[in-house]
Amino acid sequence: MAADIAGERRAPWMLLSPSLATVGLLLIIPMMFIIVYSFWLRTATGADQVGFYLDNWIEVLGDRFYRDILFQTFAIAFYTTIICAFVGYIPAYFVANTPMKSKAFLLLMLMLPFWISYIIRTMSWINILGTSGALNTMMLSIGIIDEPIQMLYNQTTVILGLVHYLLPFMILNVYVSLDGIDKNLTEAAQSLGCTGWQAFREVTLPLSFPGLAAGSLLCFVLAAGTYITPIVLGGPRDAMFANLVFEAIVTQLNWPLGSALSLVLLALLGALVVVYTRYLGVDQIAKSFK
Amino acid sequence: MDDTKRYERLLNRYRDGDINRRTFLTALGAAGVVAGVTGGPMGMLARKAQAATPEQVRFDGWGGVVSEAFEKHAFAPYTKKTGIDVISGTFGGADEYIARVKAGQPGEFNLAHLSGVFDYARYHGLELTSEINEANIPNLSNVISSLIEPLRKITGGTISAVPYDYGTTGIAYNRKHISDEEAKAKGAKLMVDEAYKGKIGGWGEWKTRIWYGALQSDQDPNNIKDIDAVWDMIRSHRDLALKYWSSGAELMSLLAEEEIYVTEGWSGRIKALQDQGHDIGYLDPAGGLGWQECLFVLRGSPMAACEELLNFMLEPEVAIAVAEGQSYPPALDPKKVDLGKIIPTLPAFDPSGTLSSLSFFDPAYWNENEADWSKTFSRVQRGY
Repeated sequence: MAADIAGERRAPWMLLSPSLATVGLLLIIPMMFIIVYSFWLRTATGADQVGFYLDNWIEVLGDRFYRDILFQTFAIAFYTTIICAFVGYIPAYFVANTPMKSKAFLLLMLMLPFWISYIIRTMSWINILGTSGALNTMMLSIGIIDEPIQMLYNQTTVILGLVHYLLPFMILNVYVSLDGIDKNLTEAAQSLGCTGWQAFREVTLPLSFPGLAAGSLLCFVLAAGTYITPIVLGGPRDAMFANLVFEAIVTQLNWPLGSALSLVLLALLGALVVVYTRYLGVDQIAKSFK
Repeated sequence: MDDTKRYERLLNRYRDGDINRRTFLTALGAAGVVAGVTGGPMGMLARKAQAATPEQVRFDGWGGVVSEAFEKHAFAPYTKKTGIDVISGTFGGADEYIARVKAGQPGEFNLAHLSGVFDYARYHGLELTSEINEANIPNLSNVISSLIEPLRKITGGTISAVPYDYGTTGIAYNRKHISDEEAKAKGAKLMVDEAYKGKIGGWGEWKTRIWYGALQSDQDPNNIKDIDAVWDMIRSHRDLALKYWSSGAELMSLLAEEEIYVTEGWSGRIKALQDQGHDIGYLDPAGGLGWQECLFVLRGSPMAACEELLNFMLEPEVAIAVAEGQSYPPALDPKKVDLGKIIPTLPAFDPSGTLSSLSFFDPAYWNENEADWSKTFSRVQRGY
């Protein structure tokens, strides 16, 4: 009898053990090493000095430079998220409410960008917005402009590249939320005297808010962690926090400082996820990947 | 006790019956998994686990035509003669490669086509240098001695690499907008000329930016007296620049598409653009920056096999083919080896074989300031 109870207690852990082992080996242990690294020091030769030093943390938390870049990163991520929310809601609404039978085809079209490398998609803007790119060539040929306009390599193109990258994430999340709304609710609102716009504003929009929030969280977190887009589409000043991590680790070979920087970014984005989970739950994000 | 001894002791305990088979395999497997999965600190526990076998050597380079030339002219005949396979890999930049090597283990990486004396000193600082037996590389006698000596100086008389090619980082400009006369008159200051605001580029690498900042503030880059003046010049350039490029392909694209009219550029890449028909001028200004690339043997490599491969790669036929492929002159002394007709036409080629007209990074001076300057440049680049 006692053996049966013990067996029953062990069973869930046995079943969970492959997942726990995977998470432990691929996430927890490497994370522990990053934490350990952040307390080491880089010597003048580039080698690591093993020990327990708070220098990296004092520098990262006390230096205005890192705070400013962090603020700039969050600002770029915020603008990107807002644009994604506005631009993404419309196609999501269309797909969710389309009378077309080929809804699956439309969803497939939404997934299509994921089949192309993110870097290639980002670089495609150089051919569109460049001095001799498609847009300038077209405007020159129809006489709108006399000489090419400089559109590339600024913060606007960085945000544009991020919106291009993240828009499908927003659309999918909003779509899942909209698709789950009972159509009778909108019809009921209209039968009670609401106009179409009022029904949308009072019923559909509030009910789709969890999807919008889930999409916003994903977009914000992914945008705040990116470093390729500013390298490809940004000018000399346009850096995000992940670029500093890259520079510390690869260019300066300062892994301890890079570890501290990456942990700061992780902690802040993690805190955001925790707040989101506390008030909205992560279920909504999971739904869009089902 | 080194790692090999630890494994031997573990094996002996198993053979002596002190530990059972299960415990032995568990200990061995756990060490392997932990070292393999995590690297980093735990990697120190198992340095020898992935040492290259003598049956193969690993070579890492820049890819493209250079790797193709190596493959065809050096690796294939080397493998045919010795039976040793060459595993060829590529990297995007010296910084990326050194990070990979640091994360790896001695013996995992063997030979690499690296930049300049500065990186050689950096690898030495990280204790990644080896000691080449020069007697095993007869073709080393054909190499320009002024390229070997700086390496020897860093590693106390021995060498861990052989020089392979050299080039310059000069000023490239679009002749449609900037004349040769203007470029020559302004020199390095052409890149801080307000007239070209928004049409200026630059390599986003701290050493090059500081070198040119020193020239623009009329200082000797290897003996900077006023570093604040240099940072001011870098700020001026940053505010006038459209883009800091990060690869040769990006440099070529920016110039070819006329996104920028002037930038520093690598001599070989600019030659490639000129060969494609683009009207791009190239100027090595007074105090212009020269550099060499070397074939580096990393610590823990199978030395005899690597030395034999280096000798193959220094064969004039191979070195000339690679040089023509990448448009950088080989490190072979033109006074000792007939370099053919194309090499003397390449930019930066020095027919005297002394390279006395070029300026190089003083590795001791630049390494001494590396930590401080690279970090400060990161800030200046972002508007500080």
